[in-house]
Amino acid sequence: MSAMAAISAASSPALRRGVRQHFDTVRGAPILQAPERVVVLDDIALAIIELCDGRTSIAAMSEILAARFAGEAAEVEADVLAFIGELADKGLVSA
Amino acid sequence: MNISPPIALIAELTHRCPLQCPYCSNPLDLLGLARERDTAFWINVIDEAAELGVLQLHLTGGEPCLRADLAVLVAHAAARGIYVNLITSAVVLDEAKLRALAEAGLGHVQISIQGAQADAADRIGHYRGGHEKKLGLARLVPGLGMSLTINAVVHRQNLDELPAIIALAASMGADRLEVAHVQYHGWALRNRDALMPDRAAFEAADRVVAEQRTALRGQMVIDYVVPDYYAQKPKTCMGGWGQRVMTMAPDGSVLPCHAAQSIPGLVFERAGERPLRAIWEEGAAFTAFRGTGWMREPCASCPAREQDWGGCRCQAMALTGDAANTDPVCHLSPLHERVTETAMVAAQSGVTDFIYRRL
Repeated sequence: MSAMAAISAASSPALRRGVRQHFDTVRGAPILQAPERVVVLDDIALAIIELCDGRTSIAAMSEILAARFAGEAAEVEADVLAFIGELADKGLVSA
Repeated sequence: MNISPPIALIAELTHRCPLQCPYCSNPLDLLGLARERDTAFWINVIDEAAELGVLQLHLTGGEPCLRADLAVLVAHAAARGIYVNLITSAVVLDEAKLRALAEAGLGHVQISIQGAQADAADRIGHYRGGHEKKLGLARLVPGLGMSLTINAVVHRQNLDELPAIIALAASMGADRLEVAHVQYHGWALRNRDALMPDRAAFEAADRVVAEQRTALRGQMVIDYVVPDYYAQKPKTCMGGWGQRVMTMAPDGSVLPCHAAQSIPGLVFERAGERPLRAIWEEGAAFTAFRGTGWMREPCASCPAREQDWGGCRCQAMALTGDAANTDPVCHLSPLHERVTETAMVAAQSGVTDFIYRRL
């Protein structure tokens, strides 16, 4: 039995302990600060991270983002799932 | 050449340590208490580093928790927006100190273990009771809201415990486990005969890590540092010399990597005597091997020269006698066979006694 938490549209991701969002004034970019790791965020990535509050589901996140960035809801959801999956594999979010 | 600011500052606050691990990454020539710098010095370094663009501070040693000003330094860095990592053996910590560090803004605690069994682990660290203390402290970290990494250096004398080490880290609630094969510099180079695994043991470890990564996906990340001597391609050491990381020794010397003092001829400047930005951008030690201009063949015309940046300079020094040679771990190095042969001879040496690290 794998310990992998299956990430789905119903998951509500949150930043893991010790992971913080920050704005780097030297590089002029939003970043994610984590143990021995820095991830530079673009606008969409930042918007996703800001919704990682442990309460908002990926489905709800995708609706908000689709409205904000004028995207196709199903396409946005696929992108959000992929991005959250990537962050989860790096140990930056739990879902 | 456009010089990017460093991402990380590795601050070796002290060389003092209660443990005496035979693969310690500190230099053989350890600095005593009298050579350490005071709180005001390190506060100033943190300010300069923040202005330069450092995003991550790694407080290490020796044992950084021997410094009475540790929480003050953590708080100062956190207030400047720097993410603070503590790299510790944890044996001099207690719950109150750990709590104070969490309140100061520490994000991440990395605790070393020397094995999965107390007796064997305490023999490697040469510190009785250390293993149990470490486990007790490590278990407190997640509850204080900080990320926990367990660091396990693996070698011939503990590699058979790898599955147990992984299970132990997972049972402590670690967010991340770093399994690092010994890097043969400094004390580790001196103890190479007692530490080097044979190829079969290393390949078995690879399989264990691959299996457990899948099994623990979503729960605990396993980072894996491979043993150079059995590799075909060199590691991208420090993300490229003078490109991402700046290291500072207890006396304030600024180094491109923690082992850089093993390269003769390099001159290291000290923080406080020249602006940190100037040391990073123009300092002779940093420009010596930055970029590709210093390279010889086969590096100079290699398509991978801007991916691995020629590998590890200190390893080229240790194994070929010249830091400007291609890292001989690379299969394209004319000296590559010598590395594999050295590994095999060391692995078969039968040496089990350690030369313990001593100040």
